[in-house]
Amino acid sequence: MTIESNIRNYILENYLFTDDQSELANDASLLEKGIIDSTGIMELVFYLEETFGIKIDDHEMVPENLDSVDNIVSFVKGKDSN
Amino acid sequence: MANLLPIIHRLLGDSLLVSAQKYPSKIVVTTNDGEYAYQELLDYSVALAGALQQRGLQRGGRVAIYMDNGWPALFSLYGVLLAGGVFVMINPQTKADKLAYILNDSDASCLLTEVHLENNFVPILGGLSKLQHVIYAGKEKTFPMSAISIEHFDKVLDKVSRDVYVENRSISNDLAALVYTSGSTGSPKGVMHTHLSMLFALNSLIEYLRLSDEDRILNVLPLSFDYGLYQLLMAVHIGATLILEKSFAFPTLVFKCIKEKEVTVFPGVPSLFAILISSHERSKLKFPSITRITNTAAALPADFIPTLKDIFPNALVYKMYGLTECKRVSYLEPELVDRKPTSVGKAIPGTEVLLLSRDGNSVEPGETGILHVRGPHVMLGYWKQEELSENMLKDDVYPNQKMLCTHDWFKMDDEGFLYFVGRSDDIIKTRGEKVSPVEVENVLYGIEGINEAAVIGVSDSMFGQLVKAFVTLKKSSSLDDKKIKKLCVAKLENYMVPKEVIVMDSLPKTTNGKIDKKRLG
Repeated sequence: MTIESNIRNYILENYLFTDDQSELANDASLLEKGIIDSTGIMELVFYLEETFGIKIDDHEMVPENLDSVDNIVSFVKGKDSN
Repeated sequence: MANLLPIIHRLLGDSLLVSAQKYPSKIVVTTNDGEYAYQELLDYSVALAGALQQRGLQRGGRVAIYMDNGWPALFSLYGVLLAGGVFVMINPQTKADKLAYILNDSDASCLLTEVHLENNFVPILGGLSKLQHVIYAGKEKTFPMSAISIEHFDKVLDKVSRDVYVENRSISNDLAALVYTSGSTGSPKGVMHTHLSMLFALNSLIEYLRLSDEDRILNVLPLSFDYGLYQLLMAVHIGATLILEKSFAFPTLVFKCIKEKEVTVFPGVPSLFAILISSHERSKLKFPSITRITNTAAALPADFIPTLKDIFPNALVYKMYGLTECKRVSYLEPELVDRKPTSVGKAIPGTEVLLLSRDGNSVEPGETGILHVRGPHVMLGYWKQEELSENMLKDDVYPNQKMLCTHDWFKMDDEGFLYFVGRSDDIIKTRGEKVSPVEVENVLYGIEGINEAAVIGVSDSMFGQLVKAFVTLKKSSSLDDKKIKKLCVAKLENYMVPKEVIVMDSLPKTTNGKIDKKRLG
């Protein structure tokens, strides 16, 4: 499974409770769409750390890294290559 | 402006008139998109007030504000107040059906909103008999023609001249706000607060929180939640600065903001403090600028306090208790937080509380009684709900007055400190928000394929309680827990969606055939 499909499936399954791929656009703001809220973002961080074996620092928990599928994918890829 | 300046605060909007006169160039609010001065807030609010009056808003007319925490929400609120209207804050997480319910129930003539919420407000416009105007913030766009006018804020405010505004003739016992809250009947109810009750509560809170015009108050809570709303009202009333964040979703951004803006007051709820503590465990946090932290909505676990004192080395910790029907009931003097670790303190200044048995007799210290509240902060009643109002407002111990029956069980110790025991109804409190099980059950019963549904709260250390649903399905149904949650997400605010849905073959029943919730869980 690619990083993208992994992340998409996690969000669809855990926040939208669906496997319908059309319900999540890769560039949609997860916050503005109400997909995640204050507790959701920490769950997402724990999930990414566990799944991809990365360590996310506090200063990295910003919308530029986490607020859409696109942002998360490029953030995780950047982390991986380090 | 001289003609607008009140000598004493009679109306909630007077806070802004006075503070703008005293501190015209001082920052009233900082948001993600900038900083705004008191004079700017006054100018925008007066312009909007004039525009609303031009659009037919009369004294006492209701205006709904369905927006994120941000600058437009601020001048919308004061605009409505200065126009003599009654504001109705609606959580931006609210979905279409409930939004329609609140707009209809309040008979709002005007909706102030934001373009990114169009998926919720556009589809319902056809079914709203009283609504005439929608004014929205955000990116301008073209909406399909409808009987209701939809205008952009910039256009509305550009066109209005200062002379349009007619001074507000409201008096202090007129309504200022309807604050919608979940109730045991399943439909949200509008708590009626007057200018008097809100100004009284404001002053009482400001007094015990020891606030001054030098404070910089952080608010990450929704302005539709009265705890969030009062951070704004208090800041404006005393000429302080509000640091307004949309949410706590990206804690790091909030932490940065606390440091940069040298925040002095941090209002939170247990779930928010739990996130803070878990961040602190990942990498140490320290916010020396903060001198007061406040907690309400659910009990602050006593074992949070040592860590919170680590994170906020200079802060007094306030534990408080309240309900929308009177804004706030009690607070514990912060100096007593170690001596009375499980108490929510005593009645707020200028009010009193009584513990009464079911038959109305006072109870001895140490015994459990129902908490009753006396004071000018008590609501007028629920909007258009006489029976429900009578259930909350009981004859006072003094003749011809009313007091608030909270329906919460409390104990009082020998020194008069209050201890929460439990609720006498089945309202769930999760993440600091009230959830009516009936409201969630109604949504479940509306799902094709569900036969029976029961919703309860189960205790949880982080959230206070979690919403848990039990359902039975019709024979032909192919529903499962995920599909049910998905359908709930479309109708309910996030915090109301059951965390867990259990599909059962049958639900336990009492001898007279009702679902026996005591045997669930």
